[in-house]
Amino acid sequence: MKGKELVHRLMQMLITLFGVSLLTFSLMYLSPGDPVEMLLEVADTIVSEETIAETRAQLGLDKPFHVQYFRWLAGVLQGDMGMSYSAKMPVADRLWQSLPGTMVLAASATVTMLLISVPCGILSAVYRNRPLDYLIRGISFLGVSMPSFWVGLILLYVLGLKLRLFPIAGGEVSFDRMVLPTLTLAIAMAAKYTRQVRTAVLEELGQEYITGARIRGVPMHKILWRHVLPNACLPLITLLGLQIGWLLGGVAVIEMVFSWPGLGKMAVHAIEMRDYPLVQGFVLWIAVLYMGINLLVDISYTYLDPRLKKGGC
Amino acid sequence: MGSLTKDKFLFWLYTFFVLLILGFAIFAPWLAPYDPYDAVMRQSLQAPSDEHLFGTDKLGRDCLSRIIYGARTSLMMTLSLVAVITVVGTFIGVLAGYMGGKVDTVLMRIVDMMLAFPGIVLAIAIAGMLGGNIVNAILALAAVSWTKYARLGRSLTLKLRQRDFIAAAVTSGSKPLHILWRHILPNILPTIVVTASMDIGTMIMELAGLSFLGFGAQPPTPEWGLMLNEGRQHIQTAPWLMLYPGAAILIVVTIFNLWGDSLRDIMDPQRAN
Repeated sequence: MKGKELVHRLMQMLITLFGVSLLTFSLMYLSPGDPVEMLLEVADTIVSEETIAETRAQLGLDKPFHVQYFRWLAGVLQGDMGMSYSAKMPVADRLWQSLPGTMVLAASATVTMLLISVPCGILSAVYRNRPLDYLIRGISFLGVSMPSFWVGLILLYVLGLKLRLFPIAGGEVSFDRMVLPTLTLAIAMAAKYTRQVRTAVLEELGQEYITGARIRGVPMHKILWRHVLPNACLPLITLLGLQIGWLLGGVAVIEMVFSWPGLGKMAVHAIEMRDYPLVQGFVLWIAVLYMGINLLVDISYTYLDPRLKKGGC
Repeated sequence: MGSLTKDKFLFWLYTFFVLLILGFAIFAPWLAPYDPYDAVMRQSLQAPSDEHLFGTDKLGRDCLSRIIYGARTSLMMTLSLVAVITVVGTFIGVLAGYMGGKVDTVLMRIVDMMLAFPGIVLAIAIAGMLGGNIVNAILALAAVSWTKYARLGRSLTLKLRQRDFIAAAVTSGSKPLHILWRHILPNILPTIVVTASMDIGTMIMELAGLSFLGFGAQPPTPEWGLMLNEGRQHIQTAPWLMLYPGAAILIVVTIFNLWGDSLRDIMDPQRAN
């Protein structure tokens, strides 16, 4: 990817961020819930009409839509994402607090997923239409049809409650608490990714040069390691980027199941509390994370694919 | 072609199962042994028995009856969602593809923007912000899922627009709407329908996921995702509450996925292998 292209991409990302933030902001404006009432209800004070009006003015919620939005946007551009209503701290601080939990979980789930799906996908492709292939495909088909939160509950029940191998409820971020949510997310992702690995490897195996190599008597493992895998790598990295997009959403549900202290759990709570600045900040962060990862994927292409490095096609 | 007859057989087999599920949903009042809303506090959290095959929940409601009625809720939500995104997405895509120019650029920019963002995250935010209920959950997922059909509708239309019979229709003075309706739509419909049928399973799961988070169906509606959420609190004492609704989702999603795949296989035998 050349400089000019990179600038173009970054501009596109900025436009997307602008659009997404405008969308969430208008949703909040249209939303039937009232953050002020939620806030004061929790505080458990006697609420007079005046207090409500006062708080609303304090939060700037009495202003028209465009004033609210541009005030918020101006803040963000200066690095200030506002104050969280429910956490009573700056949104950025609250996000930083929850980020490590999600990042650790997402990373370990991705690694586990790769450890499961890459070998399974390759085996499935190499032993195409043999019992092993059918078995792997069957399992992955079943995996695709299972809601991840249900898988989480089952793991929680069997491994946590019955066999007592892992602690059941979350709390602090620690290794043994991480095993179950990691497995849950990895299973859901591996089910899809195994199929994609299989397809990518099959596609390479069908190329003529592979047939040529086999006729020349090159052993299968050499063909796999030297030719098939490096070539199948490229499409798989793109698909991995897409998987991570799913992961960022899936992690919210799974964090709820395991009461894992991360961004997802924070976001669900923030939505319930109508904590607009926090929700807005969350959506923005996820957008940046996701687009950043996809940008990295595309940049990595330049290094992995020698055809692109020379500036051809 | 032996494989095509086999594909056809599989398709009809899965269609039969799909109809069976639809039957459960439609005839729920006759099939369910109890009223799914009927709370009998004396029978709270009873383990599966002859009287209550799948046990009872915290309010003493029969779990089996709630799962059978849940098929109704789930399918109604899912089919409306898929209908909305197919119609809206295809309409926008065909419009963009046929009109070209500025309309196309603007519409596709919006689609690109939506695709550059993880949809389910946005759906959670939208559903939660609009307030948890069934309609809002459908709207939220529709808002993030129509883009796929817009892309598809556009690319199919672009391909068709090059064809001679469209040129013939244009030269013979057919109005654009007539061309879209009589010539473009019938030709892209099969692909759209196949894609939609393959999406049903995913949509069932995503809707259940929103309900599980509390941003979809609300109590006391019998809905599988919501039932799992309620069951989660009693996982230690009443595991059946989270076992059966999840199994129901698994079975129904598997059947719809198999059905969607088999429909694709008979519509497009080349892609099957």
